[in-house]
Amino acid sequence: MRFDQRHLLGIESLRPDEITTLLDLADRYATLNRSRQKRSGILSGLTQINMFFENSTRTQASFELAGKRLGADVMSMAMGASSIKKGETLIDTALTLNAMHPDLLVVRHPNSGAVDLLAQKVNCAVVNAGDGRHEHPTQALLDALTIRRAKGRLHRLTVAICGDIAHSRVARSNLLLLHKMENRVRLVGPPTLMPAGIEDFGVEVYHDMEEGLRDADVVMMLRLQRERMDGGFIPSEREYFYRYGLDAEKLSVAKPDAIVMHPGPMNRGVEIDGTIADDINRSVIQEQVEMGVAVRMAALDLLARNLRARPTELTA
Amino acid sequence: MAGADLLITGARIVDPEAGTVEDGHVLIEDGRISEITSEIGPRLTERVAPENRVEAGGKMLAPGIVDIGVKVCEPGERHKESYKTAGAAAAAGGVTTLVTRPDTDPVIDTPEALEFIRRRGQEAAPVRVLPMAALTKGRAGTEMTELGFLLDAGAVAFTDCDRVIADTRVLTRALTYAQGLGALVIGHPQEPGLSRGAAATSGKFASLRGLPAVSPMAERMGLDRDIALVEMTGVRYHADQITTIRALPALERAKRNGFDVTAGTSIHHLTLNELDLADYRTFFKVKPPLRSEEDRQAVIEAVRSGLIDTISSMHTPQDEESKRLPFEEAASGAVGLETMLPVLLRLYHSGELELPALFRALSLNPARRLGLEAGRMAKGAPADLMLFDPDKPFILDRFKLLSKSKNTPFDNARLQGRVLMTLVGGRVVYRAG
Repeated sequence: MRFDQRHLLGIESLRPDEITTLLDLADRYATLNRSRQKRSGILSGLTQINMFFENSTRTQASFELAGKRLGADVMSMAMGASSIKKGETLIDTALTLNAMHPDLLVVRHPNSGAVDLLAQKVNCAVVNAGDGRHEHPTQALLDALTIRRAKGRLHRLTVAICGDIAHSRVARSNLLLLHKMENRVRLVGPPTLMPAGIEDFGVEVYHDMEEGLRDADVVMMLRLQRERMDGGFIPSEREYFYRYGLDAEKLSVAKPDAIVMHPGPMNRGVEIDGTIADDINRSVIQEQVEMGVAVRMAALDLLARNLRARPTELTA
Repeated sequence: MAGADLLITGARIVDPEAGTVEDGHVLIEDGRISEITSEIGPRLTERVAPENRVEAGGKMLAPGIVDIGVKVCEPGERHKESYKTAGAAAAAGGVTTLVTRPDTDPVIDTPEALEFIRRRGQEAAPVRVLPMAALTKGRAGTEMTELGFLLDAGAVAFTDCDRVIADTRVLTRALTYAQGLGALVIGHPQEPGLSRGAAATSGKFASLRGLPAVSPMAERMGLDRDIALVEMTGVRYHADQITTIRALPALERAKRNGFDVTAGTSIHHLTLNELDLADYRTFFKVKPPLRSEEDRQAVIEAVRSGLIDTISSMHTPQDEESKRLPFEEAASGAVGLETMLPVLLRLYHSGELELPALFRALSLNPARRLGLEAGRMAKGAPADLMLFDPDKPFILDRFKLLSKSKNTPFDNARLQGRVLMTLVGGRVVYRAG
């Protein structure tokens, strides 16, 4: 049971045992969240600031709820509208924040690497809530927890990640995590939505969806951004749904007990058929949202413990 | 500009023309090399005063570097670099001729602006300053500049720097006109559509970091296009930086077909690769972006074989504010005048590049390409020389650089080799303290 991270910036820097530690703790928080008394005072007295430089409703709400259930003072700042428009640099933002003495900082930013940069400049623990096309670690962790609860294990599974891999931080983090936990990962999608150098990733790449889903244990759908559908990356919405949208027919080649996941928000009828999304026997999409809060509670808890274990740093 | 006569004795003389490194003594009179000999005697020593004799003690004496494509941020951004600081950095780095880029603000696209640069260079820098001018007005790629006037005013070459002229009709006319003047045009081989917005070279590493990236193929496509236009117009053409293995066959073919084409590369692409970006280190963001190790090896080999003619520092000063940003938004470029020699000596110490081949690309070839007398270790050549110790180890501290901007990717790097003395026209412009 170890977790040695000062920040949670990406899956890349986590060890498999740290992932397991976090998921085990999240499991306990999932139980707490289902009980009547959901509050714990473990972060009481600590300040958590959520800074979202990019619009988000679900992730921000999830982090906010996680912090509040653990008793932290939580403040959310929508940065898109304010200071970056006024030309304040990320570094100045960091200095401003330092003066407010937060203990936990949750950041989403449209540029890859921006959260790493911020983490170098602030004296608190930083959680990456998504940076550009780089990583979205808590999403990968909540997906992992959902898989583990549904399948009873998180290794030796065949997981098909489908859709816009190239622009997806969710795909990157999931890929890294599933690899670390020794699963077989398949990427499914049109070549224009595959990242460059994909052949060096140690994954199987499929451009035919049925081949890619054959005998899969987990089917993970990704959201296709509307702005990519204008003929730039794919010819049209309807052609995309025909070739890569998940429907009952395509799903039928996966294992009979295969689960269907989606990070949300869904484009029904574009990447996923509504009836599949709502099928309680296959879809674990609601459970993903539930596990999101639990995983974020675990992450905040573990980072706060490491914060206390570093007693003198902040006194200088 | 000539200093007192000087006698340098006991040096290891690097001669890029002959391809040799030999013991010898060099007599400098009236700012030029008047004698290179292996025998020292009263005939030589009596010609200079004792205080004007330099005992090299077996250190290397080589022609000074002619650095094509240096950005001095005058006019417009003097807080990043001025002719005074760039000149001091050059002298300390063994760079005896700065060939400056016109991508300043405003752009050097009129004879008047060029005149200003020349004057600033002369009064503020201890080394030679030769300005290049833009090929199109404002580097906008729509109208050619007054190439004839600019040539008369002293422009040594024409370039829009890293802004590729996408409209081939505009470019063709500018090249045709330049050909009529016998002018040298320097291109930046990149396919502009593919490379738009790119901050890294596409591949596994850039994909994992989630960075917008460009295929290395964009360089070959840009070079292929430029070579086709060279064939069409007959212009004298130099590619500023060739950095990928895929562009080399096209270059080789163009040379074999007898086109007037040469190419350079940068110190960064010879000594770093894409993995050096690590966790978004913006000091490693250069243009074109750092490449794969396979590319780097191929570029070294091309310098060794002579397929790539020149090496530049691509000195590009950036202040801290322009670099302390998320990687995509951070400015490109690195300073290199003072670091280029020790950094390139890594290739010498690793046995990848001999000193004559190195100085062929640093001094001889760039001077030849620009029609300069410098770059040679021969009787009658200007005494633009550097004396250096190739072995002296040190750890680079970026805050000790003389450049106003400190954006070097080699901060804290363990390097070997330091310039001991730099001469321009026989005058000592730098002596190590």
